[in-house]
Amino acid sequence: MLAEFLPILLLFVLATAFAGGSLLVSSLVGPRMPNPTKLSAYECGNEPLAEVQSARFPVKFYMVAMLFLIFDIEAVFIFPWAVVFRELGWFGLGQMALFIAILGVAFIYEIGRGGLEWD
Amino acid sequence: MTGHDAVFLLVALFTGGAALLTVTSKNLFHAALFLAATLAGIAGVFLVLRADFLALVQLVVYVGAVAVLFLFGLMVTRAPIGREALDGQNRGLALAVSGTLFVVLSGLIIQSFGGVRAAEVTGPGIREIGIAIFAHWVLPFELLSMLLLAALIGAILLARRESGESGEESVERRIDFGDEPSTEAGAQALPAADTAGELPAGEPVAGGER
Amino acid sequence: MESPPLWVPLFTTIVVFAFFLLSTALLIWAERRVVARMQTRLGPNRVGPLGILQTLVDGVKMFFKEDITPGMVNKPVYTLAPLVGVIAGFLAIAVIPIGGEVTLFGETFTLVVADLHVGALWILALGSIHVYSVFLAGWASNSPYPLLGGIRSSAQMVSYEIAMGLAVASVFIYAGSLRISDIIEAQAGDGLIPGMPGWFAIPLLPAFLVFVVGMVAEAGRPPFDLAEAEGELVGGFNTEYSGMRFGMFMLAEFMQVVTMSAIVVTLFLGGPSGPTFGLPDAIAWVMPIFWFSLKMSLFIFFFILLRGALPRARYHRLMDLGWKVLIPVALVWTMVTAAFVLLNELGGLATETRWVLAGIAGVIVIGLLVLGSSPDDASDAPVPPDEDPAASDHDKVTS
Repeated sequence: MLAEFLPILLLFVLATAFAGGSLLVSSLVGPRMPNPTKLSAYECGNEPLAEVQSARFPVKFYMVAMLFLIFDIEAVFIFPWAVVFRELGWFGLGQMALFIAILGVAFIYEIGRGGLEWD
Repeated sequence: MTGHDAVFLLVALFTGGAALLTVTSKNLFHAALFLAATLAGIAGVFLVLRADFLALVQLVVYVGAVAVLFLFGLMVTRAPIGREALDGQNRGLALAVSGTLFVVLSGLIIQSFGGVRAAEVTGPGIREIGIAIFAHWVLPFELLSMLLLAALIGAILLARRESGESGEESVERRIDFGDEPSTEAGAQALPAADTAGELPAGEPVAGGER
Repeated sequence: MESPPLWVPLFTTIVVFAFFLLSTALLIWAERRVVARMQTRLGPNRVGPLGILQTLVDGVKMFFKEDITPGMVNKPVYTLAPLVGVIAGFLAIAVIPIGGEVTLFGETFTLVVADLHVGALWILALGSIHVYSVFLAGWASNSPYPLLGGIRSSAQMVSYEIAMGLAVASVFIYAGSLRISDIIEAQAGDGLIPGMPGWFAIPLLPAFLVFVVGMVAEAGRPPFDLAEAEGELVGGFNTEYSGMRFGMFMLAEFMQVVTMSAIVVTLFLGGPSGPTFGLPDAIAWVMPIFWFSLKMSLFIFFFILLRGALPRARYHRLMDLGWKVLIPVALVWTMVTAAFVLLNELGGLATETRWVLAGIAGVIVIGLLVLGSSPDDASDAPVPPDEDPAASDHDKVTS
């Protein structure tokens, strides 16, 4: 089975060589004339307004990542279920329906109280 | 040493090295990246043990979701980045705890699987895992949905403060970028371009002590 | 099963690599030509016939551009980000067969890099690694707009990844496997109605639609190109990039269009299957490659049309669509599909019953769509396109 991944390893090497080689060649043949303006933040042409390192983002993004994790786990459980559910029959379907319903109710509640509004 | 062992050794060295860098890195963001690399290395270990489904699940869930959650967490918590910021006072304690954990876990693993050679292991495929979960371990599976439910409720509680139910959230504490940038940023950028150099100095800006 | 000599899979890998690289180059050219036509311009037409070599020339030019590394960036991560994007993009194609079996030089080549037993999961895993490219670029740039763009794009990508993952679940239910060759095999026969192809896009239409919308958003293409909303974020996560590093981001983005088209063709449209018109065996191997390329090209064309025709969606609409419409639809549809398959296999349904069930399912899905989109208030009036996305993007490539 590891042999199956050998071509993938080759693909990885090819892709890395292609991307890394391009960057390398470009850095060798490309011009290099730095000046203070070039080396400052491009942003939109102005002096940067905010100090980036101390910036905080709305917790909403964290919530999206959290929901993503939860639904990712759900999806990962659905996959093996999808492969074997024929053998399990209605029992398996009920199992998964219950699993999805428990999360679904909370999710609907979340949407209902506006947890996913991006004002 | 067979080729299989050599591959395992390489993967294990990569994982161990990344794990070491995770705890020694001074930059919190770099540490999170090394953590992602460690988790990817564990996927490699699964692969060497011929459990390709588990390996990809490890990639999807841990590298793709848990580590990304960490990164998002750094973004919302104003992570301190610098030499001293992260030097905790608990090095000795941390070393003792992790050392004990390491000894206990390796003892358990050696006791359980000591005689097994990695080259002979065939990890479960997706079908075996599906049967195991949905035919034998039904109750734990349904309990797991309760665990996820708890996480979901946690997310709801997190969002509660932000969605302005109390209305007490002061304007300064909300970041001036990131919240609703699409219109404001565009609107500010245009006039500012014309009058470069006379930007409003007193504008309340996050961390504006620059 | 005796395994072929080692050079056979290696040769196949190189062929697949070249195929996708070439497709990407052609896509960039085709996109500029087609979008130009839609805007009554000519588009690139100087280099080679119809300007077809333009991408190549642009690529070469990219080498001789100054690759500025601004002072405030985090250098290792700044360089790592575009590499992650390109490498993840190339690796995602590993499980996609671009044709059938080819017999040359006395060896049989199967035109796929690796037919993994969990191939479909491989695609999703690489998709989730692609998020890192965007996030790292935003963070490493250490500048407000890229940071903002990076976070917003990665939130967008993870949201739609879920929708895509749940949408393909119904494909796995139908095929009973995650192996790509099994999925293609399962689509080989007739469909529900004799004479129709057995492509999953037909019985699983809602999942197919969710997947297509999801892949447009995942690839960060218009109308969901918040990743590089030039009008709002001055280019998004790649604002601080220039030269070859920027070129790598462009390559990764366009390659994702090709990859996504290839994936949707494989999962929902039968992959390389198609009639061979009774050609002799010696040249019949060309047909699967032809069918695959044709289907993929049609999808790429669809991507280009979307870009030329639609204004950019606003961020909250984008997230609303993903979380409130696509994910619920995909979840419900997964359950409906499973129930249908069980009914069908246990009872052996008559054709009429199938139609009735399909009708009920359709009503449910349409109802969900209506419910999902109705709560919008008046403040959601459509925003006129603020500028021409294609033209400004084009400027950034060529200037």
